[in-house]
Amino acid sequence: MHQSFPINADESPPIILDLIYKLKVKDVMTTELLTVGPESSLRDVQHLMRAEQITGVPVVEGERLLGIVSVDDIIRSLDEGYIGETVTAHMSRNLIVLEDDMPLSFAISYIDKYQFGRFPVLNREKKLVGIVTSRDIIVALLVELDHEVVKLEEQVPHEAGHPTAEESTRDFNISSYDFENAGKASTELRKLLIEQGLDRKLIRRAAVAAYELEMNIVVHSHGGRLAFSLSDDTVEITATDRGPGIEDVEQALTEGYSTATEWVRSLGFGAGMGLPNARRVCDTFNIESSKRGTSVRAVIHLPKGDTET
Amino acid sequence: MTVTDLGDSLGYECMQDHYEDGNVSTGYTSDLLSDVMANAPDESVLITIQAHKNTVAVATLAGARAVIICNSRPVPEDMVDAAKSEGIAIFRTDKNQFTVSTEVYEKLKESS
Repeated sequence: MHQSFPINADESPPIILDLIYKLKVKDVMTTELLTVGPESSLRDVQHLMRAEQITGVPVVEGERLLGIVSVDDIIRSLDEGYIGETVTAHMSRNLIVLEDDMPLSFAISYIDKYQFGRFPVLNREKKLVGIVTSRDIIVALLVELDHEVVKLEEQVPHEAGHPTAEESTRDFNISSYDFENAGKASTELRKLLIEQGLDRKLIRRAAVAAYELEMNIVVHSHGGRLAFSLSDDTVEITATDRGPGIEDVEQALTEGYSTATEWVRSLGFGAGMGLPNARRVCDTFNIESSKRGTSVRAVIHLPKGDTET
Repeated sequence: MTVTDLGDSLGYECMQDHYEDGNVSTGYTSDLLSDVMANAPDESVLITIQAHKNTVAVATLAGARAVIICNSRPVPEDMVDAAKSEGIAIFRTDKNQFTVSTEVYEKLKESS
């Protein structure tokens, strides 16, 4: 059952429209092509498809495209017993092709219109230069959308606090189970506080709170954010996540209570010290949790006029 | 005692030598990173078998100068890279945490 492509030139939002007109077919196509010559047999193509896990192979002579053999052609040849014959006798010859300079919108509308799995791409000289599948288009769009989202997020004003001249605010996206980047946000906070010349003990307290809250998002949540803001008299750290929530907050605040998995423990985490540690080092510590997510606000007061000597 | 002096006197394998050669005043031995986070003193050397990138993050946040990996645990490349960018030294030995702790203790005591 063919499903139409969920993005199109009629109804999609402006950012998507920009993308599908801005991107050219040559930006998304696969250029490393596996092809066969006209003398090859359908059996050769079948072997190539199996070895390379592809579903369509162009038949070329020099750089000129003669036709395409698809998985359907191979299945039919097996059914009807001519798998040993040459490709030229049975390949699809009436090809719908794309040109490499066409906008991506063309490729999308072709996919919807013709419902083929792949389209050969020719350049102006009619030479075969690539092949485009739905997957190529989806991957390219995801990469571009990712860039766009990053740009948009950078434009969103930070919500926390009322800015003063002295205040700094930072906001980090924390992904579930991303041990690769775990600790980055807290390390940034620490650097910022060192730059501000704050007392080392105070920096340590803020680092402990930030790190434990950051690790909790990594280990226990579906993902969330860690934000901190620095004003003249406080360091404020807020951690919010998208669930699944803490079943018993009182228990979670008890030292030694842990719901971490075995492999998280094997990394040295999940000893049931996170939240208790974080609460211990803060002057104000509020936590709210429901199935929709957990939100923690941790505040450390700065002594008046405190800078490291 | 500086990181370099300590490293030289212990004679362990140095896995990461792009570090800030600051003063080491004490050690902390633990494989529980939350415990390290909460209790490791500033200017310490962390003695552990937790050979992964997150150990570097914890060492940095705790203000540790160096990490000693015990029992010849393999040290992954991304851990070395992280330590390089944070300026934290990594040493490795086949000795266990108990033995390393006593050796570090002796070296620090001698130098004080």
